[in-house]
Amino acid sequence: MNIYINVLGNVSPQVTTDNADFLTEPVNKQDTSFACIDPDYKSILQKANLRRMSRLIKFGMYSAQQCLIDSKVENLDAIITGTGLGCLKDTEKFLIDIYGNDEGVLSPTKFMQSTHNTLSGQIALMLNCEQYNFTYVHRGASFESALLDGIMLIEEEANNILVGGLDELTDTYLAVTKRMKMWRRDAISQLDLFSNKQSGSIAGEGASFFMLSKEQSSTSYAKIKGLKILFKPKSIETIYGEMQALIQDAGLEMGAIDVVVLGMNGDQEQDKLYDELIERYFQDKQLTAFKHLCGEYKTASAFGLWTAAQMLGKQNIPEVLKLNKSASPILKNVLVYNCYNNSNHSLLLLQDVNA
Amino acid sequence: MSQKIFISGCGMISSIGNNVAESLDALLKLEHGIRPVEILETKHKGKIPVGEVRSSNEALIEQLGLQWKAGHSRTTLLGTIAAREALQNSQVDLKDGLRTGLISATTVGGIDQSEDFYKEFLKDPTKGRLRHISKHDCGDSTENIAEDLGIYHFVSTISTACSSSANSIMMGARMIKHNLLDRVLVGGTDSLTRYTLNGFNALKILDSEHCKSFDQNRNGLNLGEGAAFILLESEKSIRQRKYKPICELTGYGNSNDAYHQTASSPEGKGALSAMKIALKKSQLNNNDIDYVNAHGTATFINDLSEGNALMTLFNDRIPEIGSTKAFTGHTLAAAGSIEAVLSILSLKHGFIPPNLNFSQVMEEVNILPVKKLLTNIKIKHILSNSFGFGGNCSSLIISKL
Amino acid sequence: MEEIIEKLKVQLIDQLNLEDFKPSDIDADEALFDSRLGLDSIDALEIIVLLEREYGIKVLNQEDGQKIFKSVRSIAEHISANKEV
Repeated sequence: MNIYINVLGNVSPQVTTDNADFLTEPVNKQDTSFACIDPDYKSILQKANLRRMSRLIKFGMYSAQQCLIDSKVENLDAIITGTGLGCLKDTEKFLIDIYGNDEGVLSPTKFMQSTHNTLSGQIALMLNCEQYNFTYVHRGASFESALLDGIMLIEEEANNILVGGLDELTDTYLAVTKRMKMWRRDAISQLDLFSNKQSGSIAGEGASFFMLSKEQSSTSYAKIKGLKILFKPKSIETIYGEMQALIQDAGLEMGAIDVVVLGMNGDQEQDKLYDELIERYFQDKQLTAFKHLCGEYKTASAFGLWTAAQMLGKQNIPEVLKLNKSASPILKNVLVYNCYNNSNHSLLLLQDVNA
Repeated sequence: MSQKIFISGCGMISSIGNNVAESLDALLKLEHGIRPVEILETKHKGKIPVGEVRSSNEALIEQLGLQWKAGHSRTTLLGTIAAREALQNSQVDLKDGLRTGLISATTVGGIDQSEDFYKEFLKDPTKGRLRHISKHDCGDSTENIAEDLGIYHFVSTISTACSSSANSIMMGARMIKHNLLDRVLVGGTDSLTRYTLNGFNALKILDSEHCKSFDQNRNGLNLGEGAAFILLESEKSIRQRKYKPICELTGYGNSNDAYHQTASSPEGKGALSAMKIALKKSQLNNNDIDYVNAHGTATFINDLSEGNALMTLFNDRIPEIGSTKAFTGHTLAAAGSIEAVLSILSLKHGFIPPNLNFSQVMEEVNILPVKKLLTNIKIKHILSNSFGFGGNCSSLIISKL
Repeated sequence: MEEIIEKLKVQLIDQLNLEDFKPSDIDADEALFDSRLGLDSIDALEIIVLLEREYGIKVLNQEDGQKIFKSVRSIAEHISANKEV
């Protein structure tokens, strides 16, 4: 399998909209949640189209458009997105409208904008792209499902595919999930999330897009060598066994893996899984993490993939990502492992384009 | 990747029946399921006509033998009923070592539960039962169904508005072709909710009477609810368990209309493209299609758009065309898989259900849908269309073995 | 009439999210649809909601809507003619 990640687009709580830069100045906010830094939307999106867009659609469109502009791809073969909660803000607004007006005369725009496939549809509309168009909405496997579909399409006959993962934070979502004790009670500095493990993670959001291509280009960041999505695997041995199988299917061995990117989120219970994996299998590996930069959300793994692709493309691991200090000067093979809420697990193998 | 995709079992629940046998019976007796809202708690109760499954959540839970305290959304309950039936119908043994996946589709997910939560939460943010809101997302119903059936190899959910479950069928078929699964249960589930009822009402596309697909005087759609699943199987799986499947999925196509966020293009370019891709995939000619189970929602724009696309595609030899929406109502994410099951029944039993309530051909496009129940006819290939908001268009082709 | 027009401009900008326009940018007589304002069929539905919620006026069919929604002035005239006193 040779699928190239040729271009990236990323709007996140970090400075990530310039692909030349790779976390040289990490944002270290002290907060109870990490929201996206809003880019100048009007700089690359048409004004007229912005008026009905919620924040999610705006930063999703920006991220997708960034990918499209940089790739210069003219004939896109597919648009595939993954979103755990979809257009949450517009859903909430319409629900509030239903009760506020006792199911009376309601404004249709919010309803129309609240369907999960709004972003994929809007991108198609912007590009006048009549090709394959899909939206996956499966919790912590939403982005991975979209990625798997993209990989399959390229193996079929597609050349260039836009794949992205996105989710937004809303006040209501925060209020509700706080009651569910998903997050830390007090504000925390982003970069201290792992050094100070307690109950609860920190909520985040973002939109990360990738141009997947059959052919390598001058901007290629990495090759995808394998992807596996797991639902409630029985044990840690099962997970490790799947990792080994994925790596072997790519003709490699565990020893060839230079970096393991982990989706730990700072919650002491949920991170036990990662801690055990590290202790049993990855003691001698260079380990990195990413959720202290983007927060936890259902499609945060898309941000994780962005860090892995950047690492390989730039042959550099920013200090802010490192969990340990075993430096490997050459980066060839990177394994990304993410787990959402102890249910949705994903394994992704990336390789340097020149390997 | 040229291997065949077999359909070896199906299950469905909707306003025309709690299972496949009841649905078949209703179609043959021309008994539709459209009545004023009865079960859903809404201000529109007794007024807006819908295709409702006439069982309360409590009754559905009892039917499934579940514990009430599990607090499942109606979407989960309907989906579990149809998914269990499909597995049973295909007589498959999930413990035979082959890889089985589940790909479901939904647009509302557990929003019926969120509605209950919001009512309380809006008055006081410390109120509202958290169990209700935890069912909100679309993945919830799929994971509940997967765990109920014991399917773990691959589990995912698609949401592309009214084309959702046609797309889950398509994705499942492709995963078999890529040798990622040996068989996969695919389909979709959506319950009626205040959210969708008021949403479509706000868009002013609900008919206040029984809908009239492809009629000059059509006046909007009737919403419905339900779920349907089919089991897709690889040649390897069929051979290994020496099973005779019902029929074959020979084609599928997905395209985007890229015209407007909610409205279809008048000429139906996305619809046309999806149908063409499906035909190409199946290696069939236009002439091979015996019957089109149309999307035919009875909104002004869908039927015009789809009608034009059908005319362009079939030109001078138009196959039998009909929409079954007047039987079931528009079941949103479940529509694609419900209509796939109805198509399977048409193939198996050699009949085509009528497009109810049709009387006058549209001025703009000369589509004459099936007026009366056709029986004892030979059908080899059926094209089934599903189109949705966001320009999502999908077509499936189901064929006799 | 001028009072209704000015109030209506503010309400339209709000209801239709015309964030790049100020009330003074909109001419009371300019076309609302198929024009530089870029309104479409969904906006027509939003205007119906606005009239019903703010003025208690129901617009039942699309053909009436097309005539009434020609310009800010035509909507204002419809309001002043139909407003419950």
